[in-house]
Amino acid sequence: MKQPILQLTNIHKSFPGVKALDGACLNVYPGQVMALLGENGAGKSTLMKVITGIYSLDEGDIRYQDKPVRFNGPRDSQQAGISIIHQELNLLPELTIAENIFLGRENTNIFGAINWSVMFEQADKLLKRLKVKHKSSTQLSELSLGEQQMVEIAKALSFKSKVIIMDEPTDALTDSEVESLFDVINELRDEGYGIVYISHRLKEIFEICDDITVLRDGKFIAEKPVSSMDEDKLIELMVGRRLDEQYPRIESTHGTVCLEVKELYAKATHGVSFTLNHGEILGISGLMGAGRTELMKVIYGALARESGDIILNGQIINPRNSQQALASGIAYISEDRKGDGLVLGLSVKDNMSLCALKDLSTGWQLDHKAEATSVTDFIRLFNIKTPSMDQIIGNLSGGNQQKVAIAKGLMTKPKVLILDEPTRGVDVGAKKEIYQLINKFKAEGMSIILVSSEMPEVLGMSDRILVMHQGQISGQFNVKEADQEKLMACAVGKNNNGVAA
Amino acid sequence: MTNFESSQSSRHFLSKAWFIEQKSLIALIVLIAVVSVLNEYFFTIDNLLNILRQTSVIAILAAGMTLVILTAGIDLSVGSILALCGAFAASMISLEIPAVIAVLVALLGGAILGSITGLVIAKGKVQAFIATLVMMTLLRGVTMVYTDGRPISTGFTDIADHFAWFGTGYMFGIPVPVWLMIFVFATIWYLLNHTRFGRYVYALGGNESATKLSGINVDRIKIGVYSICGLLSALAGIIITSRLSSAQPTAGMGYELDAIAAVVVGGTSLAGGRGYIMGTLIGALIIGVLNNALNLLDVSSYFQMIVKAAVILLAVLVDNKNK
Ligand SMILES: Nc1ncnc2c1ncn2[C@@H]1O[C@H](COP(=O)(O)OP(=O)(O)OP(=O)(O)O)[C@@H](O)[C@H]1O
Ligand SMILES: [Mg+2]
Repeated sequence: MKQPILQLTNIHKSFPGVKALDGACLNVYPGQVMALLGENGAGKSTLMKVITGIYSLDEGDIRYQDKPVRFNGPRDSQQAGISIIHQELNLLPELTIAENIFLGRENTNIFGAINWSVMFEQADKLLKRLKVKHKSSTQLSELSLGEQQMVEIAKALSFKSKVIIMDEPTDALTDSEVESLFDVINELRDEGYGIVYISHRLKEIFEICDDITVLRDGKFIAEKPVSSMDEDKLIELMVGRRLDEQYPRIESTHGTVCLEVKELYAKATHGVSFTLNHGEILGISGLMGAGRTELMKVIYGALARESGDIILNGQIINPRNSQQALASGIAYISEDRKGDGLVLGLSVKDNMSLCALKDLSTGWQLDHKAEATSVTDFIRLFNIKTPSMDQIIGNLSGGNQQKVAIAKGLMTKPKVLILDEPTRGVDVGAKKEIYQLINKFKAEGMSIILVSSEMPEVLGMSDRILVMHQGQISGQFNVKEADQEKLMACAVGKNNNGVAA
Repeated sequence: MTNFESSQSSRHFLSKAWFIEQKSLIALIVLIAVVSVLNEYFFTIDNLLNILRQTSVIAILAAGMTLVILTAGIDLSVGSILALCGAFAASMISLEIPAVIAVLVALLGGAILGSITGLVIAKGKVQAFIATLVMMTLLRGVTMVYTDGRPISTGFTDIADHFAWFGTGYMFGIPVPVWLMIFVFATIWYLLNHTRFGRYVYALGGNESATKLSGINVDRIKIGVYSICGLLSALAGIIITSRLSSAQPTAGMGYELDAIAAVVVGGTSLAGGRGYIMGTLIGALIIGVLNNALNLLDVSSYFQMIVKAAVILLAVLVDNKNK
């Protein structure tokens, strides 16, 4: 039997009102990639924070290199050779890439001055290894979300570690970025690192991992080699039951035009026109950086429009800010949950009702009862795992935070709901729940724009699909005529078969 | 990595978490108990009312400051607004303008000065620290020019007597400034906990870009909090002027720091988004009791500063420990 380098047995950890870990186990073997799987809130991130000493454990054993250990904090565990890429980005936008990577470990000369050239050189080397096309002297805030994630990965690699933990590293990455990450993981495996890989993208598990460990409700369920698994078996282990058809599409009733965008120009949007019908899901596909998020933010009034019109139900609205957009019935759920979506220090309730407070108050005064009622309804509808609606949202698992973010948009009862990467970080079971909810609102006549980098999701849920490339629409498909190859071709700009839908 | 305290703990009355949250209240009680033992005059109705009255000015400033700090801002100009509006009120009274009108106009003046600060911060995108530092210096200068560096007396008219009521009067045996303080805190508490405005203040302090994307007019909230802060500074100026029957051009110097200290001791985070208005009241009382006790115990005024600094540092350290 192979010998684990890191071994966790029977770990227990409680938070006020939540038992996050309830006898969790995990073995990490040198030269192998261990997948850690489980639903949102299963306790994966918590287990990793217990390893690195961010949380103290209530009960259980951690053995590292055959010795029992307890780390007092991330510094401690890092020194022992365990580094972690957290699910949430922890970078400083005002600093350069290199400064972020070597924060607190800057290479200094005897006078304490930073050795910039050495630092940039080392950082550039790391970036090159990850195929990031930026100089390490670039300020972090200039990078896309995916590139920032790559910097986080570079940072983890910069430590001399034996174990590397990756908590949903591919969440915000493009396909090519994922590929370069996988190349690096393969190298690391060959060099004998032990790797823990957390992801909700099952395809990746089969591609890169050697073994899987499944947690459910904080309990250890199974440890198996990947080769003995298939996708259905895996889901069954995670969810505890079989899931049928992942994309429960319902046919749209072909309503009239709800939203029309005409010749829209903005900073990186170059003449975009499209229509959206009542009760329709319009998928927007494209590579990261194609300008999808910007287009959505312009429609939502959060970014400046240069020319063109946004017409809702026959009326030109051209919102100049988000208040106007919301007031006319457009809601937007951001792809950047932590930065733009949620106020992490406020409670679940305060976050969920933030956009809709006008409807939940009489005059200036909040109607606490009405607020509590509708928040409770949404928590139930979305099946959000939280001990109460007063829980601080930063304490919820990533997937559950995402559900709150979507509920927040729906609470305004919008006519047009724009979802930007709505299922990022959401587990398979919950994804399906979200899809069913989207469908429910669609059936009630809501028009939905679904921006997603996951092609199966776009293909599975939409009635029509637009593909964007460099701020323009490079293809338009009726879903029946679309497939991955066609979407991909348009996404990279090989526009030859854009069929008008 | 973010690790927040649970907001529910306040519900579990007398639990460990509850005690941690109420630590400033407990500190206040301990402080009162200790001083009561050391000096028998301390715990008398007279002295306690005296403390409340002396605290009211800083407490009222701190109430406005709490709003500003909750939005992740800061207001250094409160002391200067206090002096200018106080001087303004005094000269109106000396011109025999009816007291009520003079007070309302002075309050309005404070609100307008605050809203100018707010405008500069929100629309001009100037950092709060810089904008209010400028206002602090500017308004102190204006006050000096306006008063010619000399106190303005309210005079000896009936109207001046009416005006004196705000600082020296009693209602039901309790000084008027204390009533004003209670009224201010009740109002701000209501604002923060029961209105949309209050919710937006917390949201803005917690994450500005998310708040903006939630369709909230962030600029309006910012202007709002600085206006309220200016208005309350004017109120504090009226109380001081009324009490002394004259406006001092140097009134309120350094008060901004006492107000900030009260807010911080009361458990509100300078990073914004987290804190309680009642904590600020307790923070102000801790500082007030400390001032009073050090005087009663005959501690030299030089030494008092050192003790006060130590207590504030201690309070903040304890606060950090529990995070
Ligand atoms: N600091 C905390 N305070 C209170 N509860 C917490 C805290 N951290 C995590 N929890 C709770 O512990 C449970 C496990 O959360 P965890 O983040 O480990 O889930 P996860 O498996 O990583 O989920 P996801 O796939 O959504 O990221 C959740 O119910 C969460 O709400
Ligand atoms: Mg997680």
